[in-house]
Amino acid sequence: MSIEVRIPTILRNYTGGQKSVEGAGSTLDEVISDLDGRYDGLRGRLVDESGLRRFVNVYLNDEDVRFIGGLDAPVSDGDTVTVLPAVAGGSR
Amino acid sequence: MLTISAELKARIVAHARADHPDEACGVIAGPAGSDRPVRFIPMLNAERSPTFYRFDSLEQLRVWREMDDRDEEPVVIYHSHTATDAYPSRTDVSYASEPGAHYVLVSTRDPALDEFRSFRIVDGAVTEEEVCVVPE
Repeated sequence: MSIEVRIPTILRNYTGGQKSVEGAGSTLDEVISDLDGRYDGLRGRLVDESGLRRFVNVYLNDEDVRFIGGLDAPVSDGDTVTVLPAVAGGSR
Repeated sequence: MLTISAELKARIVAHARADHPDEACGVIAGPAGSDRPVRFIPMLNAERSPTFYRFDSLEQLRVWREMDDRDEEPVVIYHSHTATDAYPSRTDVSYASEPGAHYVLVSTRDPALDEFRSFRIVDGAVTEEEVCVVPE
């Protein structure tokens, strides 16, 4: 099982500068844990106790994973996971 | 320093005015590494709020892929404040995650006065920078 995971600029210090890394697992949660074994600390930037951090958007192929089960979203060989920093803010 | 054309500056302000009293937001893409904002991309504010903005996640994916394909990057990330000054709020700083981008803030609180300022936001530190408006 090989899942391509695309990493945004802001997190490439965890992946030795790589834009894209390969992960394994049958759910998004497993893929992120698998990556964390090689890229220590990456999981903590994507996930906290309550689930996916609000500061990041995570996509499975063309879908925002928040709409398809979050960390439990099933993934299969050949899928692409894309991580982007959420662009947001407010006047307070 | 942010160098931006008068036309692109006017388009940011026009977008902010049009969406007032909600916050407006968007990106100006430019060739990677050029630090030159060229392609104006107004974005939906998924929050449709006078006090908060967030790019629609699917629109963002589409726009970020398009930039990747064209070898561009988000040179400017802009949004408006509708009742407060054009300065990054604590929320703005906590979300800021493009250390290479110019964060442009526009305030629409005064209908007669365009407040337009630019900042770098790196590791939680805000630094205002000069805005140089050029004819083209």
